[in-house]
Amino acid sequence: MKFDLKTLRALVAGDRYADRVVPPTGFTAQLTLFVSGAMAFLAVFALALSLASGRLADRWGDELARTATIRIVAPEDQRAIQTNAALQVLSTTPGIADARALTDEEQQALLAPWFGQDLPLDTLPVPRLIEIEATDQGFDVTGLRLRLAAEVPGAVLDDHGRWRAPLVSAAQRLRLLGWTVALLIVGAVAAMVTLAANAALAANAQVIAVLRLVGATDSYIANAFVRRFTLRALVGSAVGVVVGVLAVWLMPSGGDTPGFLTGLGFQGVGWLVPLLLPPVCGGVALFATAYAASRALRTLT
Amino acid sequence: MIELENVAYSYGGGELLSDISVKLAPGSFHFLTGPSGAGKTTLLKLCYGALLPTAGHVRLFDRDVRSLQRDDIAKVRRRVGVVHQDVQFLDHLPVSDNVALPLTVSGRQAETANGDLTELLAWVGLTNRSDAMPPELSGGERQRAALARAVIMSPDVVLADEPTGNVDWDMSQRLLTLLVELNKMGKTVLIATHDLSLIRAAKAQVQARVLRISNRRVQLAGADL
Repeated sequence: MKFDLKTLRALVAGDRYADRVVPPTGFTAQLTLFVSGAMAFLAVFALALSLASGRLADRWGDELARTATIRIVAPEDQRAIQTNAALQVLSTTPGIADARALTDEEQQALLAPWFGQDLPLDTLPVPRLIEIEATDQGFDVTGLRLRLAAEVPGAVLDDHGRWRAPLVSAAQRLRLLGWTVALLIVGAVAAMVTLAANAALAANAQVIAVLRLVGATDSYIANAFVRRFTLRALVGSAVGVVVGVLAVWLMPSGGDTPGFLTGLGFQGVGWLVPLLLPPVCGGVALFATAYAASRALRTLT
Repeated sequence: MIELENVAYSYGGGELLSDISVKLAPGSFHFLTGPSGAGKTTLLKLCYGALLPTAGHVRLFDRDVRSLQRDDIAKVRRRVGVVHQDVQFLDHLPVSDNVALPLTVSGRQAETANGDLTELLAWVGLTNRSDAMPPELSGGERQRAALARAVIMSPDVVLADEPTGNVDWDMSQRLLTLLVELNKMGKTVLIATHDLSLIRAAKAQVQARVLRISNRRVQLAGADL
C-alpha cells in the first residue's frame, strides 16, 4: 500500500461505497475499540507518572541545589568562635542569599528522632550546623571550601551533592520508565491492531477474491480495512483518554505537600499531553493495518 | 487482445498445460472444451492474469503479463469480464450493488445512478430481483447476475467458466443467448465448458472456434462437435 497524498486524502475523506464492500465484523470491531480504549487509559497513567517524576526530579534537584550545610567540628571553647568566622566568610561569599547557625533547640529537634527529646546537647560534642541558602545563580563550592579550610579549620561544607544525585537520578529514571511504558503501550496497540487486521483479512478472504475478480487494486482493498481500523483505534483511544484524564483529575491532591503519590497527575500544559494519544493510536493503527494488509494481500490469491 | 504463446503451467511439480498458443482476436467467439481436470479453468485464469505462466508469454492487451504490476493486472481485469461456475458475490450487499461492484472499485459508482444498471438488470431478467440478497437467488439467477456484473464495465473480453454448469437446459440456452448477444456487440467471448450440446447450440447462432485441451495441449477441434 502506497502512502501518497491521494491515498491519505481518500483515507480521511472516506468512500461510503468502499466502506460497504467489506462486511462489518462485530468481534474485531469491539476488540479493537476495547483494547485501544484500555491502552489509552493506561497510557494516560504512564504519562502522568512520567510527568510527575519529571517535576519531582526538577524540584528535588532545585531545592537541594540551592541549600548547603556547614558543620563546625571544633573543641567546645572554639566552636562559637569558628561559627562566627564561618558566618563572616559566608557573608562575603557571592551567591549566598542567607546563612545562619541553627539554635540548640533546632539541633535537638533534628536529633530527636534518633536520641529522643531529652538529649543533653551541652554535654555532647555535637557539631554546630550552619544552614546556607544560595541565590538562583548559586555559589562556588570549591572556592568556598578552600576559604573555609584556610580561615575556619573546623568547618566541613556539605553541598548535598551526595543526597541530591541519587534522588534526582531515581526520579529521572522513573520519568524514563513512564515514557518507556507509554511507548510499550503504543507498541502493544500496534501488535493488537495487526493481529485484529490479520484476522479480519483472513475472515474476508472470499470478499477479497471477489473484489480482485472485478478489478479492485490492492490499495483499494487495503484502504477499506485501514480506514476501518484507524477509526476504531481513534475512537477507542479518545474514550480511553477521556476516562483516564478524569480518573487522574479525581485523584486526591496533596496540596502543597511535596509527596510523590499525591503529586501524580498533570499540571498546566501537561494536561494537553494525553490529547496526543488518540492521533498517535490512530496513526499506529493506520500503519499497522496497512502493513498487515500489504502482507496478507501479497499471499492471498 | 489476449495472446498465449508457448505457454506452460506447472502446479505441484506436474505440468498441467504445455506449449499452449492461443490468440483471442477482437470480436471472436471461442469455446474451450475438454474433460474435467484438463486445465480449462487454469487456462482461463492465465487469460486474465490470475495465474502467471511457468513458461512462455501471456500478452493481455499487448502487454506481457509478467511486466505488469499488481495494480496494472487489477486494471486489466476491468477490461475482462469473468463469470465462474461457482459464482462468488458479496453476500451482505444486494444484487444491484453486487452487479455494480466493478464500477464501485474503479471509482465510477456515480454511473450506477443512471439507467445503465437498470437496463443491464432488465437485459439479464433480474429487474425484480435487484434488491434481493445473493443467497436468495437461484442458480440461474446467480449466473445471470454474474454475467451482468461481468459486462457492466463494457469489457472488451468476456470469459465464462462453465457458466451453465449449475442450471437446467432452458436457463443454459438463455445464458448462451446473452453471451451470443454480447459477441454480436463486438465483445470477444471465451466459454470453457464440457457441455458439447451447448457448443452445438451456439454454433447454430454464431461462428465459433472450438479449442480442445487434450494431453496438456490445446488443439482446434474438428467438425465432429
